[in-house]
Amino acid sequence: MPKRTDIETILVIGSGPIVIGQACEFDYSGTQACKALREEGYRVVLLNSNPATIMTDPETADRTYIEPMTIDSVEKIIERERPEVILPTIGGQTALNLAVDLAEGGVLERHGVSLIGANLESIMKAEDRDLFRKAMQRIGLKLPASGYATSVAEAREIVKETGIPAIIRPSFTLGGTGGSVAMHDSEFDRQVEWALKQSPRHQCLIEQSALGWKEYELEVMRDVADNVVIICSIENLDPMGVHTGDSITVAPAQTLTDKEYQVMRDAAVAIIREIGVDTGGSNIQFAVNPKDGSLVVIEMNPRVSRSSALASKATGFPIAKIAAKLAVGYTLDEIRNDITRETPASFEPTIDYVVTKLPRFTFEKFPGADDVLTTQMKSVGEAMAIGRTFKESLQKAVRSLETGHAGFDPPNIPEGQDALEFLWSRIDTPRPERLWAIAEVFRRGVSVEEVYERSAIDPWFLRNLEEIVAFEFALRDLPASERVSRLRSAKQLGFSDHRLGELWGLSETEVRSLRIEAGIVPVYKRVDTCAAEFEAHTPYLYSTYEDECEANPTDRKKIMILGGGPNRIGQGIEFDYCCVHAAFALSEAGYETIMVNCNPETVSTDYDTSDRLYFEPLTLEDVLAIARLEKPHGVIVQFGGQTPLRLAMALEREGVPILGTSPDAIDRAEDRERFDALLGQLRLKRPPSGIARSVDEAVGVAARVGYPVLVRPSYVLGGRAMQIVQDADSLRDYMRFAVEASPEHPILIDRFLADATEVDVDAICDGKLVVVGGIMEHIEEAGVHSGDSACSLPPYSLPKRVLAEIEDATRRLALEIGVCGLMNVQYAVKGEDVYVLEVNPRASRTVPFVSKAIGRPLAKLAARTMAGESLEALGFTEAIVPSHFSVKEAVLPFLKFPNVDTLLGPEMKSTGEVMGIDSEFGRAYAKSQIQAGNSLPTKGCVLVSVRPEDHDRIADAIAELAEMGFQVVATEGTARTLKDRGIEVAVVNKVREGSPHVVDAIESGRVDLVINTVGPDPSAVKDSFSIRRVSLMKGVPYFTTVAAGRAASGAIRALRAATIGVRSLQEIHRS
Amino acid sequence: MKHAFSPQKPALLALADGTVYRGHAFGAETLESGEVCFNTSLSGYQEILTDPSYAGQIVCMTYTQIGNVGVNPEDSESSRVFLSGFVVKERFEAPSNWRATGTLDGYLREAGVPGIAGIDTRALVRRIRDGGAQSGVLSTDPASQDADALVARARKAPGLDGRDLVAEVTCKAAYDWSEGHWPGISGELPRRERPNPRLRLVAYDFGIKRNILRMLVEEGFDITVVPAATTAEDALALEPDAIFLSNGPGDPAAVEGVRENVRILAEHKPMFGICLGHQILGLALGGQTRKLKFGHHGGNQPGKDLATGKVAICAENHGYAVDADSLREAGEPVEITHVNLNDDTVEGLAHRTRPLFSVQYHPEASPGPHDAAYFFGRFRELTLRTKQGQAVAGLDIAQGR
Repeated sequence: MPKRTDIETILVIGSGPIVIGQACEFDYSGTQACKALREEGYRVVLLNSNPATIMTDPETADRTYIEPMTIDSVEKIIERERPEVILPTIGGQTALNLAVDLAEGGVLERHGVSLIGANLESIMKAEDRDLFRKAMQRIGLKLPASGYATSVAEAREIVKETGIPAIIRPSFTLGGTGGSVAMHDSEFDRQVEWALKQSPRHQCLIEQSALGWKEYELEVMRDVADNVVIICSIENLDPMGVHTGDSITVAPAQTLTDKEYQVMRDAAVAIIREIGVDTGGSNIQFAVNPKDGSLVVIEMNPRVSRSSALASKATGFPIAKIAAKLAVGYTLDEIRNDITRETPASFEPTIDYVVTKLPRFTFEKFPGADDVLTTQMKSVGEAMAIGRTFKESLQKAVRSLETGHAGFDPPNIPEGQDALEFLWSRIDTPRPERLWAIAEVFRRGVSVEEVYERSAIDPWFLRNLEEIVAFEFALRDLPASERVSRLRSAKQLGFSDHRLGELWGLSETEVRSLRIEAGIVPVYKRVDTCAAEFEAHTPYLYSTYEDECEANPTDRKKIMILGGGPNRIGQGIEFDYCCVHAAFALSEAGYETIMVNCNPETVSTDYDTSDRLYFEPLTLEDVLAIARLEKPHGVIVQFGGQTPLRLAMALEREGVPILGTSPDAIDRAEDRERFDALLGQLRLKRPPSGIARSVDEAVGVAARVGYPVLVRPSYVLGGRAMQIVQDADSLRDYMRFAVEASPEHPILIDRFLADATEVDVDAICDGKLVVVGGIMEHIEEAGVHSGDSACSLPPYSLPKRVLAEIEDATRRLALEIGVCGLMNVQYAVKGEDVYVLEVNPRASRTVPFVSKAIGRPLAKLAARTMAGESLEALGFTEAIVPSHFSVKEAVLPFLKFPNVDTLLGPEMKSTGEVMGIDSEFGRAYAKSQIQAGNSLPTKGCVLVSVRPEDHDRIADAIAELAEMGFQVVATEGTARTLKDRGIEVAVVNKVREGSPHVVDAIESGRVDLVINTVGPDPSAVKDSFSIRRVSLMKGVPYFTTVAAGRAASGAIRALRAATIGVRSLQEIHRS
Repeated sequence: MKHAFSPQKPALLALADGTVYRGHAFGAETLESGEVCFNTSLSGYQEILTDPSYAGQIVCMTYTQIGNVGVNPEDSESSRVFLSGFVVKERFEAPSNWRATGTLDGYLREAGVPGIAGIDTRALVRRIRDGGAQSGVLSTDPASQDADALVARARKAPGLDGRDLVAEVTCKAAYDWSEGHWPGISGELPRRERPNPRLRLVAYDFGIKRNILRMLVEEGFDITVVPAATTAEDALALEPDAIFLSNGPGDPAAVEGVRENVRILAEHKPMFGICLGHQILGLALGGQTRKLKFGHHGGNQPGKDLATGKVAICAENHGYAVDADSLREAGEPVEITHVNLNDDTVEGLAHRTRPLFSVQYHPEASPGPHDAAYFFGRFRELTLRTKQGQAVAGLDIAQGR
């Protein structure tokens, strides 16, 4: 069937900010969908609140709305843009839930708009667990025994049927938020309560646990003619009980016979038909009993998903792009397969390699968070690797993950603990790094059978791991003279040069020399959807150690771009955005572009983004091998965050040309001593500081610069292990922890500037000219990591003189360092004084935000300057100060981590960001809060409990709220000051003063807004912990800094003054 | 834990074009020649090993991890291994599956068939894709690892063209078949009851796969399987309601003594052919067959039903195809009902006036998706309506009339 001609305009809904469970895979799918729809001549209107996406680039859609993802915004957009249809299936759970709300709220009917991709009925059937169960019963498929509860009492009835352990799954949440496994009766009530709270429908499923069963996923597509294809089968290495996003997953399925696989395939086809997903992709999960093959259906997502992004990268079949084309009426056989060109999309990809995905966790950022893996997703990113065998792909995935492992090195056994006991504790209960513990028990002679008994990980995976360990033993025992003879086999098993060096007591470089001398170098095979049955026209490549190389490098002038690897807190989609822009810009400038990355969620790893894609780990070994083969004109290391930057020096030493700012210049900004000299030379101020390599040295430096001090290890991103320390004792504690965390790097100690305002600047320099892209004033005061702080562009309160000084300092820094490309500088402004905090001569997290705020693509411009063009030639010679305000707000993952304090500090914790744009700062800030899930009230009750230093500073804001009719409740000290200012205040007990206290007030639902600040004193932090946690749980907007509280009251005033409108980026930047 | 450097026995695969691949031996210690082809199925290696259609062929699996699920008695498609040699990237020796009763290695050893592992199978596949199917020799005999000698031998090896392999794989005597599907597993989609009334079927065994028989049993057929050389007269003496022509190996044009019988039977009884059976029907109707460059072997092929427009993802395994033009030239009122969307090969035929139809691919799957299983239902309908005295043509059924 040809495409629909009754449609002109399509509204596409994105997935909003990056959160755990919903990351940049939806930028990938959304961007693909928008591109595909525009290719077909449709006018695409996009709503997505996340500025850090390629999807929200003004070039991706005809109209781009970076606006709150609410019914209200959508209705306003519909009124302005008049779309005939909405595509809600490529924006994750966020888009799907919004579509349901729009349908149920009558918005669709009111405006005569319909859904494409999936209709309301099928969304409900798939998402509402009760309807889903009934649908499965109709077609004769089984689900685990279960029942729905809307109260703890109902849940108790149901658990009598299912038994303990039982799985608790809240309805309508993403990434399994609120889900858990009840292992004991004693925890059951509390877990149900938590789940009910998390469900927007206050409903949860209590389900018989299939713990220990094997878990599978099928990616299914269907067209309007009812053709159904399975794009990929995925087998989870971690059995049931661990969320699939936190599981190690492998494609294709490994331990099913064809008969068993086809039973599952038949079931999947029947399910997509019964649920009635007319067009597009779905993900269906199954559990299989390893003892007798029994099959149960776990769930279905009637939309593209994280797994579909993985399946797209794993097979080369672009699910989201095809899904978009199917949604407008095409059938699979009418769409060409891009890779083979000659065959249609109506086939099932087959692969001749193994794909392994490993999740990336950041528990170290959330002290107190439980690192046991359950049905609620906790990982923040993932790495994928391709190898010809599972062993090869697993070991490549391990080094892609960048968690300090070059292979299966032995884990550290805590002192004084029995080794086996410790290892079993890491195996019996799923936690990150379980495989390392398993490898170690194999080393200690434990059998596969025993590990299987205790972990329920399929013996097939275990035996493969055992083979790796056995091979390590054999390698280690080899006489030096025989090493080379086994090197090729070792590389075929995926061993890295680094790991071989560990085994042989050699450096990585020594192993590499040995290897290259013996002529053992990788070849590259193509990912082609068809196992080489047809010729592949897209150079989507992965390395292996075999005979034939299919890379066929060209002799064009080419530039290689190194990506950012797996997402983590502090290094995520923003950097991928920059890499993608570099690829686009350099392609426009006539270069061949080569992307290297291992993150399957991203746009950068779409084979369409660059001319050539190497899906490879970002280690020196793997990057060097590609560089030696491709011989690029230059390599861009500035855009992918710390990951590629860390390789810069070594690559340069190996003769690989680095584009843009030289590695030495980067070092000059990163190395504290050289940096201090630089600042001295430029006569720029910075907070007194020093470097320490030992505990005593640290105490000495701190005494000299004066407490409080900001301490952190050097060369870190996202403020890892950064802390504000008040005294020598705390400093000693910190040093013990931090130095252990990174023994080879010194500790930086800075005087902490309390109550200063932080400022972020992004600028571009071509060597001669420096143009400031944007100056961002942070809302939260210094001390809160810039990634977690809201900020405003242009600054909303700083005086002109200060801004001029900042601009001047930025210019001088860039020229002196010799920046070529992007640079980010952080300043602190205290009173009239401007201090330089740090300079990063590379792309920063704020580049996409700034680009969207000013309407110029900074990363693209920077890439072209790095390739040798001048800013003048590119037409970017002057800073743009927009007339509207853009506010960036951070989105935090605290909901996923019970028992973790929500206080912000110098260590970054946010996973994503949103952007509010309006002509007035207050409204822009209000929009950003709505988008961040912190929707501001316009009336009601504000609860204030701030530390003594803040009493006076918050008073104005509270007076303003009171004047607007807010009822004010405060704890005693705060109340006294407010009363003195003539504000009417009700006093409420602090928690330690006994009930009814401040937390009871929040719990009761009487409070609409919370402002709570706390000093550094740990007991005060502990005391007020429940205020913040309960606010979060109850969904009450809360602010933990005075500055944010003030901004909030201003925003509330703005909200009361006028209703919020929507505007597209294209309109905003029309001039 | 076994020592990782346990010695591997050498194996060598030599192609007629002079290419040689050195790897590790598994299976039997021997030397075999055959036409080298590749199969793109991700699962179902045991079914492939035991598919009689692979007689005379050395099969390379494009998927790289083979042996993971071992072997079991239920998944055999015939009484033994039929292919001449087996080529894989990595063979896994410790099967992990609840139904496994043996290993791939043991299975091939018992069958006397050699296997080679550890070679760049993708390079081999690309060579076959670009250069076309060709003869090869696979040696796991440690005494016979000389590349030149093996290449010379490969050049002398008979190809598939002009060879009647059916005579080698067909049953020696007729037998009845009544076994239906495997017991299956708890949680699978509900199965249909076998329909009534029962119908009598004579199935010509050109190398028949068991799953075809099982599917026919599930459609209510009582089956007598007969050797390929069974005369039309003898077949009709069994008083069948319909005739089935099975899959089988090799060059359809070289199969002797069958075409004429099929032509006679086609005048009397409803008839359905699969794969080689389809090609033989095409030949019997006056058409011709041609050799494909490297054939279709895999479980992911798009087979489009031209009447409904629907695309079945299907299992295919053929190196020859019916030539569409030759059929038209022969003047027989035959319609092409199915095509492979990758290269427009003829995949299905139906007669406009007589109750005959056939399909090139494998609706019985095994291994492969079940999308095309509807052919067996069509065959039942054709047989039943004919038996009830209706004048129904193969094309009527194909077009839903």
